Amino acid sequence: MSLSDFMQQAMSRWMKGGGPQDDIILSSRIRIARNLQDLPFPILQTDVHAEQVISDVQNAMAHPDVQKLGTFEFARCREMSQLDRHVLVEKHLISKDLADQVRHGAVVLRNDEVMSIMINEEDHLRIQVIMPGFRLTEAWQLANAMDDALEGQLPYAFDDTLGYLTACPTNVGTGIRASVMMHLPGLVLSGQVNRMLSAVSQVGLTVRGLYGEGSEAAGNIFQVSNQVTLGESEEEIINNLSSVVQQLIDHERAARRALLQQNREVLEDRVCRSFGILAYARRMDSKESLQRLSDVRLGIDLGIIKGVSAGILQELTVMTQPAFLQKYYGQELGPSERDIRRATLIRERLRLDTEVR
Amino acid sequence: MLCQRCHERQATVHLKKVVSGEETEYHLCEVCAMEQGDWIAKAMKAFDFNHLLSGLLNTDSSPGIPSQVQAPLRCDVCGMTYQQFTDVGRFGCPHCYKSFAPRLNALLRRIQSSTTHTGKVPNRAGEAVQRRRRLEQLRKQLNQAIAAERYEEAAHLRDQIRQLEQASGH
Repeated sequence: MSLSDFMQQAMSRWMKGGGPQDDIILSSRIRIARNLQDLPFPILQTDVHAEQVISDVQNAMAHPDVQKLGTFEFARCREMSQLDRHVLVEKHLISKDLADQVRHGAVVLRNDEVMSIMINEEDHLRIQVIMPGFRLTEAWQLANAMDDALEGQLPYAFDDTLGYLTACPTNVGTGIRASVMMHLPGLVLSGQVNRMLSAVSQVGLTVRGLYGEGSEAAGNIFQVSNQVTLGESEEEIINNLSSVVQQLIDHERAARRALLQQNREVLEDRVCRSFGILAYARRMDSKESLQRLSDVRLGIDLGIIKGVSAGILQELTVMTQPAFLQKYYGQELGPSERDIRRATLIRERLRLDTEVR
Repeated sequence: MLCQRCHERQATVHLKKVVSGEETEYHLCEVCAMEQGDWIAKAMKAFDFNHLLSGLLNTDSSPGIPSQVQAPLRCDVCGMTYQQFTDVGRFGCPHCYKSFAPRLNALLRRIQSSTTHTGKVPNRAGEAVQRRRRLEQLRKQLNQAIAAERYEEAAHLRDQIRQLEQASGH
């Protein structure tokens, strides 16, 4: 299969880019946690309980109210190969925890991969919507519509004062986690990022790396999300996050302008050097590729590099992850083979856009 | 620095082991550290999220000093004890919120901005809440009617209660 055909098939909607302020916001994501009343949370689940949750959700999914929200596919984790589960993790459609829940876990996926529902992860249900660009409100509306449709069929665990009850007390109340994935090379290059991010954490938000908890901020990509779920409404949570994110966007834009004015040669050299390496290198580890892709994307955004689609950052960031590489090449690959194949894939992808000089 | 075991991932776990004065340093990624052996996993566990959370949850006792022996707080639906909850940082079932209610407010104030939900309410729960309040009211009226020996009214109230209970599937 050619690379462009593979990409057509394998890419989620969010990876194709587009949407408001998508030069800085790669994706917006809403995740809401819900549980069924009278059943133990997955941590204490027996097979019987897990099957009950899965069949209840499957029945609810068949209801016309749910069906009108799109075309959905259902799969149990144990029916998927380990590789396929990890591809879903790399595409941010399911969590690593769900991928490891082989016995009880299941996933519902809308065919454009904008919406997914994780079943029997930490909570019985986690409804997730991920969209390209800065679109938290739109993502919330869709997740909310799915929640309403499911709620008609499923008896949720809900308490009058505490709200939606979740397995972890850090999610109780609204059960909502709103997050945006931001590309902040300007703030990193100008040395302002740590100051900005510690300010962010003081206003009740969390900052993490590309693949969530514990991952480092490779490729200048950061995830900013709300921390508090109880005591504020969903709209308040989204508005708070949005206004802080908008400030980060403004600072990032200012930092990029300043870099371009004060250090144009240095910046152009960095960007073009990275482009050259990506276009010709024969081995590429994942850390270097993320850094180079970030440089190239910055170059595209600033008009230094022309004729390369801006989407390569999110596309290749995901496609050069271990499971995705092995999926594309259709074989198991060790770390050093992956470095070789990663370099090949990046070269091929760049050639789709340009004639490399 | 790359992990000294797999040479693939970034080393994020740095440990020094001292056995009878002999020092060995380890620089491992999290995956290898977990596979490497019990003692590393234990050392890491001391710093992981759940442990930090359970530190927050167990607020009665000072670190290292066991709290006073008391009857363990236990969820009467799923059987999870409060101690188990603080160990894993996760509740066993929705009912745990009621079972552990006496100690929950202090915890929620610490990790959340308030202890009262102000967001979305499911339609169905909204109806259920209303039905429950109506039932409580009718039962009260019924008791008053019986006490005042207004039996005709009591019979009427009893029918209403039955009707409501049947509608809500009791």
